[in-house]
Amino acid sequence: MIAAASSAMSWSLVIALSAGALAFKIAGLVVVGTRKLPVVLERCLVLIPAALLAALVAKDTFSRAHQLGFDERLAGLVVAVIAVWRRAPLIVVVILAAATTALLRAAG
Amino acid sequence: MRSVVVSSLTLSGAVGVFALSFGVLSVSAGASIAQTCALSLFTFTGASQLSAMSVIGAGGTVGGALGGALLLSARNGVYGLALAPIIKGSLRKRLLAAHFVIDETTAMTTAQTDPRLQKIAFWTTGIGLYLFWNLGTLIGAILGSGIDPQKYGLDVAFTAAFVTMLAPHLRTTKGRQAAVLGALICLVLIPSAPLGVPILAAGLAVFVGLRRS
Repeated sequence: MIAAASSAMSWSLVIALSAGALAFKIAGLVVVGTRKLPVVLERCLVLIPAALLAALVAKDTFSRAHQLGFDERLAGLVVAVIAVWRRAPLIVVVILAAATTALLRAAG
Repeated sequence: MRSVVVSSLTLSGAVGVFALSFGVLSVSAGASIAQTCALSLFTFTGASQLSAMSVIGAGGTVGGALGGALLLSARNGVYGLALAPIIKGSLRKRLLAAHFVIDETTAMTTAQTDPRLQKIAFWTTGIGLYLFWNLGTLIGAILGSGIDPQKYGLDVAFTAAFVTMLAPHLRTTKGRQAAVLGALICLVLIPSAPLGVPILAAGLAVFVGLRRS
């Protein structure tokens, strides 16, 4: 991830994302609640985190804007995967991964 | 009960430290301190906040950032279904509870079997996490303007957090298939598609759930 020269960040994003996120939370807990959804729909919905989180990991490790490739971030990812596999807590995973990438950048 | 409260608060503290890096990265991606804090206060679902700022930071548009972030937040709707038999009470109470329906509260609540402990786990994790997540965000956002995220490898903090959140979803075959397919769709589209679209399109991978096994 690179800091953009001109960022598209705006209040409309904050408001739209907050409203949408709350709508999903309310839809599940309050609107649908204990009623049953079609099984096939539930089977697909539970896979959203797997698909999107994996895509985010791939994007943040192997691309800059539209360019594919790899750099010091890959080492950070490898360390993070090992730390998660060894059941390290979130904060340890984050620190180890960030430190690995930072040290390699400092060395390179 | 004590162990439930202690583990909820320990988790909250750890997430608070992670919120620091969200604050730093959000500001460095171009958000103001107020916008960064508003995201944590009102969106309050880490992966979506991270996803949105990851796309914005890479130079994406609001639409591109919003699509993937909203799709990610849809999973909280699924968590709500799982929590609905546990979180009962007045409409007002359930609407308030809805704001706290996220990965961590669902994990902590469903880890308990006693109904009373489930409620305690939900509310202590929800409120504790909310306080620490927002406090961490504020401190990170204030520090953010003075920190070069690249130098400290903070850009990898998002990736590391995504890996942590992804891990439990890889226990099933379908989860692994959706993850591999999602990552592939994303990488294939990155060179040509507008920023943010590859993440949204990765959502198509959930259709591996159409087949029964």
